[in-house]
Amino acid sequence: MKNMLTTISNALCRITGRNVGAQTVSELLIDLSEYVNVTSLATPTLAQTLRQPPKPPPVGPRAPAAAQLVSAQTDRLDGPGTSVVVSRSFADFTSQATFDIKKCDVHRLEEAPPLKAELTRDQGLQYYRVMQTVRRMELKADQLYKQKIIRGFCHLYDGQEACAVGIEAAINPSDHLITAYRAHGYTYTRGIAVKEILAELTGRKGGVAKGKGGSMHMYAPHFYGGNGIVGAQVPLGAGIALACQYQGNNQVCVSLYGDGAANQGQLFEAFNMAALWKLPCVFVCENNKYGMGTSVERASASTDYYKRGDYIPGIRVDGMDVLCVREATRFAADHCRSGKGPIIMELQTYRYHGHSMSDPGVSYRTRDEIQEVRSKSDPITMLKERMLSNNMASVEEFKEIDVAIRKEVEEAAQFATSDPEPPLEELCNHLFSNDLPLEVRGTNPWVQLKSVS
Amino acid sequence: MTVSVDVRFRRSDWLKPPDLRRVPAFSPAEDRLNMAASVRCFLRSGKNAVSSLGLRGIHKSSAAAAQMMVRDALNQAMDEELERDERVFLLGEEVAQYDGAYKVSRGLWKKYGDKRIMDTPITEMGFTGIAVGAAMAGLRPICEFMTFNFSMQAIDQVINSAAKTYYMSAGRQSVPIVFRGPNGASAGVGAQHSQCFAAWYASCPGLKVVSPWSAEDAKGLLKSAIRDDNPVVFLENELMYGVPFEMSEESQSKDFTIPIGKAKVERQGTHVTLATHSRYVSFCLDAAAVLAKEGIECEVINLRTIRPLDVECIETSVMKTNHLVTVEGGWPQFGVGAEICARIMEGPAFNYLDAPATRVTGVDIPMPYAKILEDNSLPQIKDIIFSIKKTLNV
Repeated sequence: MKNMLTTISNALCRITGRNVGAQTVSELLIDLSEYVNVTSLATPTLAQTLRQPPKPPPVGPRAPAAAQLVSAQTDRLDGPGTSVVVSRSFADFTSQATFDIKKCDVHRLEEAPPLKAELTRDQGLQYYRVMQTVRRMELKADQLYKQKIIRGFCHLYDGQEACAVGIEAAINPSDHLITAYRAHGYTYTRGIAVKEILAELTGRKGGVAKGKGGSMHMYAPHFYGGNGIVGAQVPLGAGIALACQYQGNNQVCVSLYGDGAANQGQLFEAFNMAALWKLPCVFVCENNKYGMGTSVERASASTDYYKRGDYIPGIRVDGMDVLCVREATRFAADHCRSGKGPIIMELQTYRYHGHSMSDPGVSYRTRDEIQEVRSKSDPITMLKERMLSNNMASVEEFKEIDVAIRKEVEEAAQFATSDPEPPLEELCNHLFSNDLPLEVRGTNPWVQLKSVS
Repeated sequence: MTVSVDVRFRRSDWLKPPDLRRVPAFSPAEDRLNMAASVRCFLRSGKNAVSSLGLRGIHKSSAAAAQMMVRDALNQAMDEELERDERVFLLGEEVAQYDGAYKVSRGLWKKYGDKRIMDTPITEMGFTGIAVGAAMAGLRPICEFMTFNFSMQAIDQVINSAAKTYYMSAGRQSVPIVFRGPNGASAGVGAQHSQCFAAWYASCPGLKVVSPWSAEDAKGLLKSAIRDDNPVVFLENELMYGVPFEMSEESQSKDFTIPIGKAKVERQGTHVTLATHSRYVSFCLDAAAVLAKEGIECEVINLRTIRPLDVECIETSVMKTNHLVTVEGGWPQFGVGAEICARIMEGPAFNYLDAPATRVTGVDIPMPYAKILEDNSLPQIKDIIFSIKKTLNV
């Protein structure tokens, strides 16, 4: 009973901005009654209050009044530019908050994405969970690569998590997405389990492509990889958008590329046709400032990537803020869905690792620069701090999530290192779709291998 | 999987089950060491077996003074040619400030600066066209593709703008350009990064296509390619970059060139001719060493140039050995081996064959990623040995 009293009075303090909580139940009830502006109720007797738990503040027609009461007190609350809405539950935490997000520069657009984003507690925890999973998964891949358990190419996504998570938060699973080779994060957000991703990196039969694709060639429903040739995925994305338009299914395609690929000719060919035919394609440039070892200034005559579509409208977005990415993507997707044609989104982001695992990443940029981004703009830290300072979750909760994710990634790595390699029988399969089995020449004329669809 | 295999060929070698207790080890450093060791082995045993065929002007008794990796030989070739002729320049992705994606152009930007060593954006079609245009206007560009897989984006410029122009202009307009970069399979880079383009480029008249193996090949042939007034496609191999070779004294001269269009007999033999190029020369020499213990003497021909093919060298050899096995990493259909077999059939050597020629090639599939699958997608030494024995019917 005392606990409940303390809990409720603490909650009331946070809501109303008072410093001193109710010490007795009757005080509490007086506070509550003030809060809900009840006039006719008599002060309950002590006996009554002892017999039953205090009534929750009535909702419904009273709620707007309560909200007004609350909003008048916002200057007493923590965090600049936030307002708090009371939830129906007794949870200790604020269940929803609105945050200011950075203004997006626009090109050829009358409107822009909103300057405020609403975030519920559940959403916040979800975004945190997904971003942290991607982060830990990529770091695990780094570890496995250094142990030579992963080989070949490995392009890591840590630092850019807000892009993948923000985009996924704004589109539907039935929408489409295609990206280049820095694809592990998107493979996860598009629905593939960590263990299948890691097992693909280690080349095992439990991998999402049965070990045949590797890091750059992972696929999922409505996720078209994972593409090794710089820029080639963009016309593909426009083609997927064409299919959406053709089938009239109100879906959009998000077609991603990097600042290095932004100079590719085939992009401009795709832009032209997408604009001409008003394809529902969101072209997204993930500008992480370096195309392999070449900084944007050394590669592009114009680094305003959101304007490079010329006649295609563009938005420039803070890619380190998951809420900013989400709002901009929503805006962009709505633009496409309304039949206005394609749109370009430039996400300004940063990768902590080098271009790939064979690039230390410090010959063309300073360690100071990397450190600065890590300390000032890390997407996961930013979200966590926002939620903590608005009392949307506790430090312990985040720790619990971290522990759970660590366990998940560890188990996935365990699977990825113990699962067997694909059997040799698989070697020649999947040459053709829906075709009769055929014989495939091996390394010499006496070896004919079997291939099934 | 149905495998028609000679029963004398040990099945255990072919289908070894994966060891689940041990993670598959992949050690490029180890691989390089092993390869280097076998090459050194060959060099020690085979130096006196080097034939004079194709080795114009090189003394048999020359003492090899230095060891050099293929990467450094390429670097030296470019350095010497950049110094010799100021019309020569290098362009490509990451060739300048990054020192080259595979460090082949290390130090060149520091030495020659922005004008001669140019970093390009990731736009193959564009910069290849620019390079060809520069060649047309009197410069001598070296156009680097980070791998030849990316040259597919630019292949129109290579074929239509570079290869055919001298012909179309009836000799008015030459295109002195070198397209170079790593070709073929690497290690675990997947289907889009492992293709061999030797056959594709070699089918085009107007192009020269060169495929060096050793460091000496690399240096001599690259210098020839740069000095050649025609478009040359120079196919390197990433896995060979770090392999050291002994360099003869002649090869250390700044004017050392190896003529394009001449093959080299790396090992003399009497029983079978192995015609091969690039990395597979190493494999063939290893296979030959193994078979020598069984009394089978293989003649190993390092093709060095794919187009124009040194058919005469192969014919001479086949007329001596009566058996031919071609070995390559590329796909079988319409490939280098297929061309060699066709040319042998059309020439005098056909009558000297005691058995149909055999092609050893990559498996006819896109390159898988998983190590066990990748290993079984390319010719291994045991496949070469097997094919030789089948051809010889032993």
